[in-house]
Amino acid sequence: MRRPSALHLVLLPLSLVMVTPLVWMILVSISTQEESRRFPPGLPGGIEWENYLAAVRDAPLGSWLVNSFVVSIVCVGGNLLLCSLAGYAFARIPFIGSKVAFVLMLATLMVPFQIVMLPLLIMMRSLGLVDTLGALIAPNLATAFGVFLMRQFFTTLPRELEEAARIDGASRLRTLLQVLLPLMRPTLATLAVLTFLQTWNDFLWPLIAVQSPGVMTVQLGLQSFQGAHTTNWPKLMAGTVLSQLPVLLVFFFAQRFFVRSVAAAGIK
Amino acid sequence: MTADLETRPAQAVRERAPANRPRNLADHVSGWGFAAPAVVLIGLFGLVPVVWSAVLSFQHTDLTSPGTFAGGDNYAKLVADPLFWDAARRTLVYVVLFVPVTLALALPIAVMLNQQIRGVVLYRLAVSVPLVTSTVATGIMFSWLANPQFGLVNAALDAVGLPKQGFFADPGQALFSVVAMTVWGWLGFAVIIYLAALQNVPKDLIEASSLDGCGRARSFWHVELPLVAPATGFLLVWLTINGLQLFDAVYVTTKGGPLRATTVLVYHLYNEAFVSFDGGYAAAIGCAVFLVIGAFTLVQLRFNRRTSHYEVR
Repeated sequence: MRRPSALHLVLLPLSLVMVTPLVWMILVSISTQEESRRFPPGLPGGIEWENYLAAVRDAPLGSWLVNSFVVSIVCVGGNLLLCSLAGYAFARIPFIGSKVAFVLMLATLMVPFQIVMLPLLIMMRSLGLVDTLGALIAPNLATAFGVFLMRQFFTTLPRELEEAARIDGASRLRTLLQVLLPLMRPTLATLAVLTFLQTWNDFLWPLIAVQSPGVMTVQLGLQSFQGAHTTNWPKLMAGTVLSQLPVLLVFFFAQRFFVRSVAAAGIK
Repeated sequence: MTADLETRPAQAVRERAPANRPRNLADHVSGWGFAAPAVVLIGLFGLVPVVWSAVLSFQHTDLTSPGTFAGGDNYAKLVADPLFWDAARRTLVYVVLFVPVTLALALPIAVMLNQQIRGVVLYRLAVSVPLVTSTVATGIMFSWLANPQFGLVNAALDAVGLPKQGFFADPGQALFSVVAMTVWGWLGFAVIIYLAALQNVPKDLIEASSLDGCGRARSFWHVELPLVAPATGFLLVWLTINGLQLFDAVYVTTKGGPLRATTVLVYHLYNEAFVSFDGGYAAAIGCAVFLVIGAFTLVQLRFNRRTSHYEVR
């Protein structure tokens, strides 16, 4: 039998340090108030489900989660559809102005969001979208990154695939939907995961575009909850656990795939 | 018609193309039909605001009522604003700590996780968990871990006989606490990038170097390290750009305090726009940040082109 590697001596403590914040968050979320205010801190004696009930009761956590889901799902859908169409056009159809449009679109990737957000707020106000979920959806419905990702994917496909279908008289749209779509699945999944993660965890834009508790996303709501409940750590931690549950679930079930997507995109 | 076009030699196709108007027209129409929805949305919400932001920076505006022309007032204010320069200095300190620390930790971890040892999948999972954790959740967790009264970190310090620290509550430590927290958040990302780069290093190169009498350490320094240079270059740019835009982590933990100790550039911008309602000045700060990021990216890209000629295959 092989001797266990000495690397475990480094990797084990390191992994513990990395997961401690999350594990501790879960432990505090099931502690009683008194247990969370001991020094030195220790493990909870039992499980206080009451914290979760209190978090849901005292804050519109449910509607924040629903808002986050609506925004994320609509943006995922929009990106899948619009970025596939545009990516296909930029990769395969020689249309007038396509180069200029593509370069300008890529240029927006270099622009920090802080530069965009002030005029964006004015635009949303004149569109009457401020303080609605529309303000959170509209700017994220199609992303330059998504178009770029899909275009890169289409350029790697052999042309013969679609040419055969075109010769048989299929329209471009039909070719895209019936011939290429099945091959696009992994790339579409990457785009979906990344869009979901980004819209779910977004903070700065919801912070300035939305004020009413009823239209807050879960990240924004949680932050306002934090301001109001710094004395009740278990309740706050319960809310935090609930806010991260969807992305953590996605992460654990699709870990391999997830990590590859994030590496491909350079997005956190 | 399409069929015989495809079978002709390339020469013939090129000669025929200009006369083939109907097909071109159809391409223009369907091309724009496919691309327009995304292009219009991205142009409207991604490109127009850039120009608009530049315009705003020459206006006096509170972002709600129409602005008035301000000439160079906002930029003059920026140059003379001690708060701006303090924020710039803190941003610099933050980036200069955050980027190298993340890189220096990520590479050795990636090298270890690249070995075939038992449980390596679990270790990778542990290291990459912060990737999906939102900054808000991270901020709340770290506020508790670093709580001056009953936080876990102070318990650890206490256990080894050290005094309790204020961390986010201490003006002298708050910025460093933000560095530590964001390193935790980004480490997994940097590790994954390095891991991908290491896995692309051809095994035969390492075998060849060991046949030539290279030790494990030497082949790392002279074979693997130069080959992951492009990954280092990418991470350097990416982490710096994100570091210069630091905001969420500060907002959730310290709100720029205590005593402005964590008021970095974008936080200052946010304050000016949404607390002081000086939108024009905020836009000027934004343009300044944009220029710094743009300049840094260009310099780095040029530098990268010079160092990444190791390309194998």
